[in-house]
Amino acid sequence: MPLSSPCQYGPVDAVKPIVELEGATVRFGAFTALDGVDFRMFPGEVHSLMGENGAGKSTLIKAITGALPLESGTLLIDGDPVTFPTPQAAQRAGISTVNQDVDLLANMSVAENIWLGREPRRFGLVDNRAMRHQAREVLNSLAVDIDPASILGGHSLAAQQLVAIARAISVDVKVLVLDEPTSSLDTDEVAELFRVIRDFKERGVAILFVSHFLDQVYEICDRVTVLRDGARVGEYLTTELLRIDLVQKMLGRDVAEFAARERVIEPDMPADPFLSARGITSTPGIADADVDIAAGEVLGLAGLLGSGRTELARALTGVDRPEDGILRIENREKRLNSPRQALSLGVVYSPENRRTEGLVPELSIQENIVLALQAQRGVMRRIPTARQRELVISWIDALGIRPADPDRKVRTLSGGNQQKVMLARLLALSPRLLVLDEPTRGIDVGAKVEIQNLVGDLADNGLAVVFISAELEEVLRVGDRVAVLRNGRVAETLPADSLNADILLALVAQPDLPEA
Amino acid sequence: MKIVKHRLFWPAAALVTLLIINTIANPNFARVTLQDGQLYGNPINILRESAPLMLVALGMTLVIATRGIDLSVGAIMAVSGAVALTILDASENPGGLGSVAVAVVVAVLVGLVLGVWNGFLVSVLGIQPIIATLVLMLAGRGVALLITGGFITTVNSAPYKFIATGYLVVLPVAFFIWVAAVVIVSVLERRTALGMLTEAVGINPEASRLAGVRSRGIIWTAYIASGVLAGIAGVIFASNTMAADANSAGYLIELYAILAVVLGGTSLMGGKFSIAGTVIGVMTVQALNSAILFLGVPPAQAPVFFAAVVIIVVLLQSPRVHSYGRSVGQLLGVGVKPTREDKKEVAA
Amino acid sequence: MSTTDTTARQSTDVATTISTFTGRYVSLLPTFAAITILIALLVGAELYFGNFLTPRNVSALLLDNAYLMVLAVGMTFVIVTAGIDLSVGSVMAFTGILGASLIASGIPVIIVIPVMLVAGAAIGLLIGVLVQYFNVQPFIASLAGLFLGRGLAYVVSLNSIRVEDPVLVWMRTRIPLGDFYIAPTGIIAIFTVIIGALVMHFTRFGRTVYAVGGSEQSTRLMGLNVARTKVMVYVISGLCGGLAGLLLTAYTGAGYPRNGIGTELDVIAVVVIGGTLLTGGRGYVLGSMIGVFVFGTIKTIISFMGAEQSWTHIIVGVLLLVFVVVQRAIVSRSQQKE
Repeated sequence: MPLSSPCQYGPVDAVKPIVELEGATVRFGAFTALDGVDFRMFPGEVHSLMGENGAGKSTLIKAITGALPLESGTLLIDGDPVTFPTPQAAQRAGISTVNQDVDLLANMSVAENIWLGREPRRFGLVDNRAMRHQAREVLNSLAVDIDPASILGGHSLAAQQLVAIARAISVDVKVLVLDEPTSSLDTDEVAELFRVIRDFKERGVAILFVSHFLDQVYEICDRVTVLRDGARVGEYLTTELLRIDLVQKMLGRDVAEFAARERVIEPDMPADPFLSARGITSTPGIADADVDIAAGEVLGLAGLLGSGRTELARALTGVDRPEDGILRIENREKRLNSPRQALSLGVVYSPENRRTEGLVPELSIQENIVLALQAQRGVMRRIPTARQRELVISWIDALGIRPADPDRKVRTLSGGNQQKVMLARLLALSPRLLVLDEPTRGIDVGAKVEIQNLVGDLADNGLAVVFISAELEEVLRVGDRVAVLRNGRVAETLPADSLNADILLALVAQPDLPEA
Repeated sequence: MKIVKHRLFWPAAALVTLLIINTIANPNFARVTLQDGQLYGNPINILRESAPLMLVALGMTLVIATRGIDLSVGAIMAVSGAVALTILDASENPGGLGSVAVAVVVAVLVGLVLGVWNGFLVSVLGIQPIIATLVLMLAGRGVALLITGGFITTVNSAPYKFIATGYLVVLPVAFFIWVAAVVIVSVLERRTALGMLTEAVGINPEASRLAGVRSRGIIWTAYIASGVLAGIAGVIFASNTMAADANSAGYLIELYAILAVVLGGTSLMGGKFSIAGTVIGVMTVQALNSAILFLGVPPAQAPVFFAAVVIIVVLLQSPRVHSYGRSVGQLLGVGVKPTREDKKEVAA
Repeated sequence: MSTTDTTARQSTDVATTISTFTGRYVSLLPTFAAITILIALLVGAELYFGNFLTPRNVSALLLDNAYLMVLAVGMTFVIVTAGIDLSVGSVMAFTGILGASLIASGIPVIIVIPVMLVAGAAIGLLIGVLVQYFNVQPFIASLAGLFLGRGLAYVVSLNSIRVEDPVLVWMRTRIPLGDFYIAPTGIIAIFTVIIGALVMHFTRFGRTVYAVGGSEQSTRLMGLNVARTKVMVYVISGLCGGLAGLLLTAYTGAGYPRNGIGTELDVIAVVVIGGTLLTGGRGYVLGSMIGVFVFGTIKTIISFMGAEQSWTHIIVGVLLLVFVVVQRAIVSRSQQKE
């Protein structure tokens, strides 16, 4: 199958782009978030920005909405170069943004949220009646029935999302940026949102729609720009870009040939799993997920962003309490109410955000490593200093933590060494099941390989391991079996040997077929 | 250079500077005399009079380490002092060791109960610490007034008076009490895992939860410790005046205690705490207080100086001032490493 | 079929009405609770004593608590932004004694009053600048304000200073209204409440105060001036402290540096009892006025019963606790909803 090349511009080519970004570069210290990116949007078109975490999507949005200055490159609106010092300046130019976490005020009324800062006034005082009336008009134009006088916080997230859009369009809007607007909406609410988006499209508004749901992108978007590692991969028309190609471009693999998918490989379910989960449901994120993990194997979890990989890991380890589902550990049904309880059963979790949820940055390597062990022993039975030191030094040696100074604050370590400290803490508990959520994200190649090898060794020594990574090759390299997650469900579980990266890619990117 | 980086360097330097200034301004300041085997003089007074503040600040350090605050310590002092003196007043033999022991034990137990109450509101009900302890701060003095019947109960009891004003060997009893408290708290925090787990909970509650730390008990313990220590402080304060004054006992002490903790280098944002730092902080507050008195300023006007100290300290800790300092430093060609806060700002 | 349709429609209508009501006015519930408590207290006291709701008592409620009401207005602004101002009691003492001393030294009232107000506002400005521009926690910044105000009060004078100025004497004269009476201090307090309520609800600044309390981050993203708003609420609170100093001096006929010790706690308590959330974003100036009346009524009842005045603080502390726990429950429920 030929690769779809950057499209030749079709009929829209006659129309001039309303937003154009040329060679946009943004750096945060040494980190380059956007590297000479070109980007454009046309009126009456829905444009999607695709990329994995850290690809530069948010930065690009911030660059065109005035939330971040460009280090180099130009932003053109209607062909004229502009700089927006503030988001308000961008809004005055007709660019409105609805952010991912609805940036509204839950304590205030719907009408106030729409008009705050621009309230209609009479005799110098805010005219609440007129404000409600005008809010009603804006909401009506979206065909939304929400009481403008009601408190925003009492509404569903979907309704809040619509109010955010109402605020965005209450000014004369030419460009509407929707950053992950659907991440917490259900199917009906998404349909409602799409109706509104199509309406804007007909009015000639340019819409930037960012979502990690491929189905939605294909349903609503005309054009896609793919970003990877801060650089532009290309711009394509959705009608000309196959899903599989889109995912390839996002994940950064050049596929020479695309092997036909081998159908129906029986998942090799272990006969006697250490942990077995059925019907795990936790909204939003996972719905009815089944998974089995045996001692001595590495189960790789593969899935796109938003497929529920982190949510599943957290539900299995007592971090989040699932709403529904049965968890069996060594054939005994268990309810995990807290991480503490999971730890006592030998189920340990290394979180995705190791800095905010894993480590205690102001404490030393030693304190971070002994933390969980000490918590398990209780406050009064302190691990003697000499024993702590011995233990920590042995872990520093075993995992090669650098600098090998137990008293060094964890805050000062590199990402790879921080992850090793996290691992040392968990391994010091002599766990039975180790769940690693993106353990290799943001760390250098050397440390990455070390951690991958370590995971293999641990499984060889009888540990059950769940390994989550956004990099499919890594999942294949480390995993004995691979569970493919789509839309919060374990779609299939396959032996890693039966897969290659291309097949896995196809599985991950496949649309979920409606159930017969 | 290394000593300058030690976290206690600046607090200690501030204290030493203050003492030197005091001594230069008035050479009598540092004079200590030995009379009848007991030491007298300003430094000794500071050691003796700092006992209530030291105890309260010690408890406050633990509470602040959990990212909390305990505003009720002054009220707890008032209640415990009122309880002790009321028991003595009602006993047949206020001068007897037995009645004094009962009075002291009950008063400290009352502090403990109030600490349990605060800890319950914060760690179980999840109410913001400022608000949770505000309840007791407000109601506590009322309770103390009820206990004393609205009067200033005065009692004569030699053994009770001994607690605050007596001498053991050559130094005041009150000094030994706070030294003992400091040692016990240090041992409890550092010889058990309490200290480390408290810091972990204070710095990163979510990471601590994931590591299986039972933060509820740890936070609760801090408030209980604060209550008990405030109870003891109340006993000493009442012993010093031998009058249960529900209005003035421990008045504003919560604020001085917070100031002392901050002066000792423990951040109000919780986490790493230093008991030695708090000791230095309390000494600084006391020395400042005596300096103000020495300068002939009426004690009532002392708060102006403390306001200035608070403002200077918070400004020195402020990221904005740090960045000014750095740009000035760069102008002068002195390299200053960016602090953690500044990095955060960049990331945000 | 059609009948079931109608019933269904009717029941949805009722449900809509209820949900419209709760959707709009849920934040008023604590204030309603305060009003209920106030009515219950007044009715209960009248039934118990038989001579409680006399014009004299009711009038005294406003006269005795005028300064508290003014402080509560300023504090409401601060707490709605999720801040706190511990300095109000000592600011009131400082401006009160400052005013008394200036008047005693023969400076005309027309100059003294603005000086008092400016002095209060200046301390508020200091706190606001520390909070906004130096990232100092409001608690600590206003603590510095507390120390400063108290110390300065003693710097002005260590003893009380009597005020015999005709203007200030006039301010406490009782103007009869039938059997009731009202003093100019009471009128000023009521005016302060009205102006405070108008500013909160009908100006962009007031709406921004609520917005900042809801989410500072979102407010900034919406392009509103967060910095100015946060500094201004402390200035307003300081200004109210100055005004309260004036009212208290007029009411007591003297400036006294020990005035208002612990008043900051009373003010915080009445604001919370009046329905303002200490976590910010919700609250009403009029609710705080109700809170003041609840406080004043409790005080009056206790003196009627001949009980210790210390009961006032115990009861107010308990009320505060109940309100905080209930608020906590409301907040955690609404968080679950999200």
